[in-house]
Amino acid sequence: MAKPYRSRINRQPSQFRIKFIPSITVIMGSMITALPLVTDYPILPPMGLLVLLSWRLIRPGYWPVWAGFPLGMVDDMFSGQPFGSAAFLWSLVFLALETLDRRGVGRDYWQDWLIASLSIIFVLICGMLVIDFQSNLLRLEILVPQILLSILLYPFVTRLIGAIDNWRVAV
Amino acid sequence: MAPPRNRRPGFSKRAQYSIFASYLLGILGAVVGLLLLLISIFDPQGFAVLRTIGAEATAPVSKTLSEVGGATGNAGDNISAYFNAASKNAAMERELRSNRIEILEARALKQENERLKRLLDLDKEVPDAIGMARLISSTSSSSRRMATLGLGTTDGILIGQPVRAPEGLVGRVLEAGPTTARILLVSDSQNVMPVKRASDELPAFATGRADGTVDIRPINLGINPFKGGDLLITSGSGGLYAPGIPVAVVIRKTDTGAIARILANAAKVSHVIVQPMFQAETVAAIEQEEIGGDGIETEGSE
Repeated sequence: MAKPYRSRINRQPSQFRIKFIPSITVIMGSMITALPLVTDYPILPPMGLLVLLSWRLIRPGYWPVWAGFPLGMVDDMFSGQPFGSAAFLWSLVFLALETLDRRGVGRDYWQDWLIASLSIIFVLICGMLVIDFQSNLLRLEILVPQILLSILLYPFVTRLIGAIDNWRVAV
Repeated sequence: MAPPRNRRPGFSKRAQYSIFASYLLGILGAVVGLLLLLISIFDPQGFAVLRTIGAEATAPVSKTLSEVGGATGNAGDNISAYFNAASKNAAMERELRSNRIEILEARALKQENERLKRLLDLDKEVPDAIGMARLISSTSSSSRRMATLGLGTTDGILIGQPVRAPEGLVGRVLEAGPTTARILLVSDSQNVMPVKRASDELPAFATGRADGTVDIRPINLGINPFKGGDLLITSGSGGLYAPGIPVAVVIRKTDTGAIARILANAAKVSHVIVQPMFQAETVAAIEQEEIGGDGIETEGSE
């Protein structure tokens, strides 16, 4: 089949991809709980958050500061957390990251990883505490495997998002 | 990361205002999120519809994948089974021999039991099952322990119905959509079950700990009679769970009670059975009382 003729110069990347791919990947990450994994303790990394942090750190300035709220609301629909917990916590993470970006200092890969790790730890611990503060405060160690897994998975997610980002802006 | 582009607004009022507005929106998002969170903490069922929509939307994927993935669910167990296969085989054969004798004894007991039940007209002791299905997914990234069941209101599932597996109690229906239902698992920290010790009917409460175990607190405080290996079964009080469903086995004593391992591990059970509420009238009466009590309170406060 012959390819339809495309101009070789002055091409425009697809506006749909440019605008919507990041949100779609984050929502798909949130939907990871639809996988038929039934576990007896929290172990699955919060993929929605990992994907969002990857986008946020790869492309500073792409997301508006308030983007954590709507994406967090979608995540709450699938995660089983009390509704509003991700909307609140992701908003806080975005405010912190925005403030960090304002300092205008260049960051390297390791610092990105550190920032992502701290954000993941913050969101997971707060997410557990909002369910039942008093009794969960004493057994936060349940989260250790999930936190470790999420932090170790972050570089791979970033790789994947980087590849998707290349495709997103390709013409 | 590439060095960030210079985002200092300079003297442009418009740029300054837009940065200010974006911060404001971000803070607003956090505040609204906090409000939603507070609402959902005080009224856990408030946003059930949204969650049901989420579960229904992903149900086709979950159902298909759970059919495929059912066999690979315990890959870890399958691999570890290859180690020490010979000694395990010998041990299992010994166990099999002793089990055969026990099975024969159990059969005799069962026959006698049936005969006695007929004498007493107790045939309807175990309620009929409403439906049997797979757990198609769970909240495996959250500290809440809930699972999604591939049955819904169209199959006759109602909120509050107990869910069990052959091994024991799995949980109860928390939210029900047309073709899916959310199951609050026994291990969820918000799930409190009235239980009793199988050997002497000592009443206690079991609360989930979100890691496959439950906290057991005896109703009679002051004494702590539990010891490792005690079997805990549902007591039937409250009218939700039928009495006699196995729940957990005590593994460790604590200061106030004990910690017990849940028998029906949601990760391992393949199919679960939804049962009708043990005494729906009792549950309804308790709820009525609560609503009535609230009404009186609000009237009084006005």
